[in-house]
Amino acid sequence: MIPTTHFLFVSVVLFCVGLAGFVARRNLFIIFMSIELMLNAANLSFVALSRHLGNLDGQVFAFLVIALAAAEAAVGLAIVILIFKNANEAQQRDALSIDQYSSLGH
Amino acid sequence: MPSFVFYLLALLCMSSAIYMVFQRQPLSAAFALVLCFLGLAGLYAMLMAPLLAILQVLVYAGAIMALIVFVVMLLNVQDTDLPTEPKLKRSVALALLASVPLGALMYRVFLKLPGEAKDAAILQNQSFGGIEAVGKHLFTQYTFPFEVISLMLTVAVVGVVVLAKRRI
Repeated sequence: MIPTTHFLFVSVVLFCVGLAGFVARRNLFIIFMSIELMLNAANLSFVALSRHLGNLDGQVFAFLVIALAAAEAAVGLAIVILIFKNANEAQQRDALSIDQYSSLGH
Repeated sequence: MPSFVFYLLALLCMSSAIYMVFQRQPLSAAFALVLCFLGLAGLYAMLMAPLLAILQVLVYAGAIMALIVFVVMLLNVQDTDLPTEPKLKRSVALALLASVPLGALMYRVFLKLPGEAKDAAILQNQSFGGIEAVGKHLFTQYTFPFEVISLMLTVAVVGVVVLAKRRI
């Protein structure tokens, strides 16, 4: 049996990669996909600890997180479509950049 | 043998995730992420969660990623629409480097696991993680969160319809 710490290591790596992508990228789609990656890393952690403790609570929670991520994907992509349509009507380049909506900094 | 499968799946997940964050084109990133999710489904199957493995393939890789790919192709994303992102590889590499201390801290916390690991034989006897066991647990212990999730999905559908309408 693979020790639980191995799975938790993969979970930590996936979370950090998702975090790095979320912070460093300007492309809306890549940012969105990094969020999904972070959610999946948390899911893997849930399922690994569920097996470790012999409790099904972790798997049920991961199930609910998957449902939540589906709903969030739908709403988030609807927003991305609206952003794109807005930018296109204004004849802008870089329609998918997050910089146009970033109020922090410059 | 299980060890080899685990290392293969873990390497698939981590390498496709790292490949994803370095991509400029959203479609290439989406396909890399689908590969990562399929690897994760394999890891769930190894963790005695067959229902979650199937759900991961059906819902995450099959519906959510398909939705993302669909939206990218519907919007007909051209190169002019993508942000310029100069020194993309350098900034992502720096962010990855900066997240290493955080990851090390998280991993150190994770190393102090609560309780003892349950034996695989004990778990196998109870058909742990099968659809009957998870379903029973979901509908008895977690009835309220289940109903709340259903409500939230309804709210999400209403929200998307409101966002997409021309005139409310």
